[in-house]
Amino acid sequence: MKRLVYVDNNATTRVAPEVLEAMLPYFTELYGNPSSMHTFGGQLYKKINQAREQVANLIGASPQEIIFTSGGTESDNAAIRGTLEANPDKKHIITTRVEHPAVLNLCQYLAQNGYEVTELGVDSQGLLDLDELHGAIRDDTVLITIMYANNETGVLFPVEEIGQIAREKGITFHCDAIQAAGKLPLDMDKSTMDMISLSGHKLHAPKGVGALYIRKGVRFKPFMLGGHHENNRRAGTENVPSIIGLGMACELARKYLPEEQTKVRKLRDKLENLILYQMLNSRLNGHNILRLPNTTNISFEYVEGEAILLLLNEVGICASSGSACTSGSLEPSHVLRAMGVPFTAAHGSIRFSLSRYNTEEEVDYIVEHIPPIIRRLKEISPYSAEIEELELKAAARK
Amino acid sequence: MWDYTDKVKDYFLHPRNVGEIKDADAIGEVGAIACGDALRLYLKLDKKNGNRIADAKFKTFGCGSAIASASALTEMVMGKTLEEAEKITNQDIADFLGGLPPEKMHCSVMGKEALESAIANYRGYKAAPTEEGVIVCKCFGVTDVKIERVVRENRLTTVEQVTNYCKAGGGCKSCHPDIQGIIDTVCEKEVKPVAVPAKSKKMSNLRKMQLIQETIERDIRPVLMMDGGDMDLIDVDGNTVYVSFRGSCAECAGSRVTLKSTVEAKLREFVMEELVVEEVNQGGSTA
Repeated sequence: MKRLVYVDNNATTRVAPEVLEAMLPYFTELYGNPSSMHTFGGQLYKKINQAREQVANLIGASPQEIIFTSGGTESDNAAIRGTLEANPDKKHIITTRVEHPAVLNLCQYLAQNGYEVTELGVDSQGLLDLDELHGAIRDDTVLITIMYANNETGVLFPVEEIGQIAREKGITFHCDAIQAAGKLPLDMDKSTMDMISLSGHKLHAPKGVGALYIRKGVRFKPFMLGGHHENNRRAGTENVPSIIGLGMACELARKYLPEEQTKVRKLRDKLENLILYQMLNSRLNGHNILRLPNTTNISFEYVEGEAILLLLNEVGICASSGSACTSGSLEPSHVLRAMGVPFTAAHGSIRFSLSRYNTEEEVDYIVEHIPPIIRRLKEISPYSAEIEELELKAAARK
Repeated sequence: MWDYTDKVKDYFLHPRNVGEIKDADAIGEVGAIACGDALRLYLKLDKKNGNRIADAKFKTFGCGSAIASASALTEMVMGKTLEEAEKITNQDIADFLGGLPPEKMHCSVMGKEALESAIANYRGYKAAPTEEGVIVCKCFGVTDVKIERVVRENRLTTVEQVTNYCKAGGGCKSCHPDIQGIIDTVCEKEVKPVAVPAKSKKMSNLRKMQLIQETIERDIRPVLMMDGGDMDLIDVDGNTVYVSFRGSCAECAGSRVTLKSTVEAKLREFVMEELVVEEVNQGGSTA
């Protein structure tokens, strides 16, 4: 069988074996409905609350502050729409230009439907300017929705400071913490964030399940209407097996959290350093310190990203790219464009995102395969002269 | 993951005729790094053998299908005279590869253009025909001549298809009404008598008014507002709807196109086929 090296963990992760094992009985023997009056179904209610506790423990919240959803996108939608509906008099929202589409497209939709949206920019390293945030706040600002960690670059935003600013002004702060959860410590008890979104499949639980943390006392109206599930905050029969899986995944994430900062970070750094050192036309996208420990986004100038991915795919390496060709649109990643990454580099960006399941041997395998792939595409490229010029300059700097 | 045919994969993984021809008789160059793909095509002619293409080589910056299309093109032109090569269409390139995903058809168009550019270069023309005309899509620098041609040659009917074939409209989207206008013009020219017999629904005047208002609010104003424009419904007289543009639409020379392609088209789609939309200038606000 062809070898597989999976380094696309910001896209999705493998379900941890312990998670799958915990879930299986809920497909077979324990298939009841938690809302039922009989013990067979009703007993599952307790199991769901145990999972709720596991999620709460990962983020330092109390279980009553957690609602289960169908995933990150629903959590973001519920938080944003739920806040707006609970505060109908105010019509201004602040977000950033580099949010995940689940937030950005929703905000752009709201901007066409009676709301005003301010999108904060970022600098060339992907960082926010808090003065700009201060300046954007208005009397009718109802919500600030800003991500913790960027899915493409891994760059972190100062969410606690943002939360502090929001709190002083009486504005609700929702944070898309989907990429941060399980990779960075979260402690809602001490945090200034009012709501955070979590997604199961980014932390080794299955796809189709997520959670939304809503701080006690924060005004919120449910987005999904129907039955009385989730304490009247999210209607719909509970996705029991996946919720059990999410609970277990959160427990594991808590256990392995230190590994993200040690093992995973070490592997990421090795991969990144070796590629940047070997490939003279490469550059890092995003701040090199204020970043998730598992993510690196590297551009190969004058080489096109989809072509790189397809050749990586040939040797079993799974990564992703911010090039126009892979996005289905014709423009490169909105995140790289917001950072002002030049076109020569934006079209050739590759994201490697690791997990605790990656090994040093896999990193060596990637490092070994990158140079011939880039060389091959360079030979095909009409810009080979430009690449050589760039490489000469880089070599002179070394 | 794109659904590439085996032949596309093969021509990407094992591209034929990569490289340069030092003493090429013709060089064609299209695309730019800012747009995400670029192609340089070299042709060598055999003067003794009726100027047939004796060698063709290429260099491409681009995705898998861009590389495959360029490589396919070099094989297709080999042994042909320039007059024969000229007849190759972008669809021929796509067909040679067993088809391309719809979003990737622009790769075949890029091949066709590189060939034209090379032939123009050989004949000593300044620009290939598609480089003439007025730029419609500013994001990707696509002219009306080029758009009209891809529409005609590939029988395109939607803006989305035009974007897939030549990238026009794939950026800020502000040129979508203009592209729709070009599509409408080409379609009118080509299929004059095929007007679909409109299904007239019996409708009370009150209901008609309601539907017109709803459609304007739901489907038309949001589109205009995206470009900083807006409009008001002034009156409905029989089947004629009178509207007035506001904001950037009021000053826009393309508003006539918008009127027909967006406003009238939507009202015909959602209310009734017989509607005609006319613009009224509101009290001296327009010059």
